[in-house]
Amino acid sequence: MVEAISNGLSGLAAGTLHLHWTNPVMIAIGCGLLYLGIKKDFEPLLLVPIGFGCILVNIPLADVMGEGGFLRTIYDAGVITELFPLLIFIGIGAMTDFSPLLQNPVTFLLGAAGQFGIFLTLGLALLLGFTQLDAVAVGIIGACDGPTAIYVSSQYAPHLLGAVSVAAYSYMSLVPVFQPPIMRFLTTQKEKNIIMSNKGIKPVSKTAKILFPLVMTICGGLIAPMGLPLIGTIMLGNLMRESGAVSRLTKASENEIANVVTLFLGLSVGATMAGDAFLNPKTLLILALGFIAICLDTVCGVLFGKLMCFLSGGKVNPLIGAAGISAFPMSARVVQREGQKYNKRNYLLMHAMGANAGGQIGSVMAAAVMLSVLKGMGII
Amino acid sequence: MDNLTFGITILVVGMGGTIITLWVMSLIMRLLTRIFPYKEGEDGN
Repeated sequence: MVEAISNGLSGLAAGTLHLHWTNPVMIAIGCGLLYLGIKKDFEPLLLVPIGFGCILVNIPLADVMGEGGFLRTIYDAGVITELFPLLIFIGIGAMTDFSPLLQNPVTFLLGAAGQFGIFLTLGLALLLGFTQLDAVAVGIIGACDGPTAIYVSSQYAPHLLGAVSVAAYSYMSLVPVFQPPIMRFLTTQKEKNIIMSNKGIKPVSKTAKILFPLVMTICGGLIAPMGLPLIGTIMLGNLMRESGAVSRLTKASENEIANVVTLFLGLSVGATMAGDAFLNPKTLLILALGFIAICLDTVCGVLFGKLMCFLSGGKVNPLIGAAGISAFPMSARVVQREGQKYNKRNYLLMHAMGANAGGQIGSVMAAAVMLSVLKGMGII
Repeated sequence: MDNLTFGITILVVGMGGTIITLWVMSLIMRLLTRIFPYKEGEDGN
């Protein structure tokens, strides 16, 4: 009788007794992510499930990521199969209005320059001793786009998925903090004061808006077939939005589907943050490289903006180059706010929105181009 | 393939490929908006 009670009590204490030092540290990190999401409002839709998933996976003996565990089932169903990021992309396409980009297609180029951080960081990661595919996963943080980062890293470096996705989402939410100093540093007072005219910017016809996702899918898919799932899903969502013919599907994509998948995706990412795998110097290095990647995106975007300013004879305010990243529409708002600080009559929002929409497409295209180049080189 | 060759190739082809692809896209979009211009009274942006 006493032995049975003692055995029963030992069962209750087993979880605590099996705690490894990494578990409480990771539980604290999970709580930190919850704090950022709930209290600071940094990407709460993602950071709350990621933080909670991180806590769940670091409670010993629960085995939620073991064979048959509920987080393992969700992870295998949506992350290993790459389904979750793609479903999120349909929602993003359904939510995004690409009109500012269509009104001023040259801003596509700013969206391209804003992706250079991906490739520069990839090179840096190689120099620091990462393997080639690990470097690809680290570089993709520079896409400043959570689903793209998850899509690429889950495919080619699944052991880095936790660190890469936490870096991608955390830094994305910090765009209003780290972009302004870079913008200020790289532009002269004269450049900051440039007023961009809205003259010549015409509305876009419905036909052009419907053809846009179709043309993007076909051309993008032909140039970079390895990225077709990424391009195709975002464009499918946008086609549904612009056609107006399937409003039920559009609403479902931007609400119900996106919400459910975001929850599962966040939990799955959090579930990859088991202490023994996450707490190592490599993770810190990935977080540092991710930060560098996103800063380099802004640097390259602003520098490209300066080039456009020079080529246009001073008609382009280089600040809009900073919006050529995928953090939509946060980055465009940062540009508008910065522009107004130097010239109250300056309304850069419309132009910045074009660059920002270009950044959204640019991040997907950069990932697609990179995957196709890797395939061409025989790396994947 | 050694890391140096890999890194330089991905830098040049990746960055170049991205900018050329998006430049081509921008030309196509410009063409599209010229072929199908906005007409007064149409619900556009």
